[in-house]
Amino acid sequence: MKLIIAIIQPHKLEAVKRELEAVDVNLMTVSNVLGQGRQKGVTEIYRGAKEAGGLLNKIRLDIAVNEDFVEPTIKAITKGSHTGSVGDGKIFVVELAECIRISSGERGGVAIG
Amino acid sequence: MNSGDTAWVLTASALVLLMTIPGLAFFYGGLVRRKNVLSILMQCFIIVCVVSLQWMLFGYSLAFGPDFHGIIGKLDWLGLAGVGSLPNPDYSKGIPHYAFMIFQAMFAIITPALIIGAYAERVKFSAFLVFTLLWTTFVYDPLAHWVWGVGGWMRNLGALDFAGGIVVHVSSGISALVLALLLGKRIGYNHRPIRPHNLPFTVLGAALLWFGWFGFNAGSALAADGLAANAFVTTHMATAAAGLTWALVEWWHNGTPTILGAATGAVAGLVAVTPACGFVNPMNAMFIGMIVAVVCYLAVAIIKSKLGYDDSLDAFGVHGVGGTVGTIATGLFAEKAVNAAGANGLFFGNAHQLYVQSLSLLVAVGFAVIMTFIIFKIVDAIMGMRVEEHNEIVGLDLTQQSEAAYTVIE
Repeated sequence: MKLIIAIIQPHKLEAVKRELEAVDVNLMTVSNVLGQGRQKGVTEIYRGAKEAGGLLNKIRLDIAVNEDFVEPTIKAITKGSHTGSVGDGKIFVVELAECIRISSGERGGVAIG
Repeated sequence: MNSGDTAWVLTASALVLLMTIPGLAFFYGGLVRRKNVLSILMQCFIIVCVVSLQWMLFGYSLAFGPDFHGIIGKLDWLGLAGVGSLPNPDYSKGIPHYAFMIFQAMFAIITPALIIGAYAERVKFSAFLVFTLLWTTFVYDPLAHWVWGVGGWMRNLGALDFAGGIVVHVSSGISALVLALLLGKRIGYNHRPIRPHNLPFTVLGAALLWFGWFGFNAGSALAADGLAANAFVTTHMATAAAGLTWALVEWWHNGTPTILGAATGAVAGLVAVTPACGFVNPMNAMFIGMIVAVVCYLAVAIIKSKLGYDDSLDAFGVHGVGGTVGTIATGLFAEKAVNAAGANGLFFGNAHQLYVQSLSLLVAVGFAVIMTFIIFKIVDAIMGMRVEEHNEIVGLDLTQQSEAAYTVIE
């Protein structure tokens, strides 16, 4: 099992969701997050004072998948969010030690989907 | 008594109340961090309650009661004794004395509320209450008497302050600076504005201030007449000019115009035209708006950050500086052709008026600085004006009021 964490542009969320559903990945957690990458954030101005390094709005997806879904999930996220410019985001893949479905008590791979 | 005049002054009184709540409350409330927004709303709201009662019990008598040597009103009108439904010809033949009294009450309310901008996000609520009551009694009431009370020495000197440039804006603005210096910076303040938590609130508040200010300025004619129309038009044009000028200046200086800038400029324009609105023509009001926007921009965006004091929401930079510009500008642009009861300014051949305006300004500033200093020291010694460090970090909403403005989790 793997946990896939993706940081994407907010306006790409719909496209990414569509691509994920197309490869039968339907379960995800979505959060609003702030961050900066190579773009170095934005400049904001309040009453004449410039504030460099304001953080940018991003969307974070947390998706737990079984091994055979890892590559399709990565491909779907990439397909939905890629533009080729800086700020497209990142995908992190980490080992997932356990998964428990609270309603039934099921554990492991069967609890993920 | 004139029914039209009475209707207008009562309406104008309600408009001036609208300036404090919700106008100023949201203007300031949007500028603070989310953990402190309720503290601003509470301070504005409770000032309406406290100062209204102070005004009825003794404040109105101190400010407008029978004169005592030009410096204060006598206590003949305690609890509004002798203030009734009939006109007081000393102030206006056309409206009930009650109408004049309640119109002035709204001015006494907004003045200490303006000061909130200087100590926002770090003042202890109990100390704020005591300070506000003392400041209204010992700074606002005497100043109102000097400038507007029959027999007041500045009024007799011939100082022109149509709607409160000196009494309201200079007095609150300079007191705000004294408080900002005495109270010290907010934790984490580093010579730069702390990011506002809700600019739409601030813009809503500024727009309500603009709307209510028609009552403040045009209502100060105390009649539904040509002078009120003049004050209405000059108020509007100065504000429009100041809002546009501020946006253009920062466009040139910083590369982009901002809505916070346009709103701040508009408020600066409202402040500056306040003493002048019943004495100048609309074209000159426009010039006053343009001048004050540039001067306040310099004060807020450049000078404040160099000097390093933390006037959290620019109560001094907008009201103190704007009120000063307006008071001096009245000595330049005033003309008897607009208001025969007024005077000509320097540009209409009367240099003396500029001298009177400057003298009144200096005395008012000196008085407000000394009195604010004394009141602060007394209240600070007895109960402490500033919240403890831990409470400031957690925020005033939770530590002073045990409530939060926004839920993050359902």
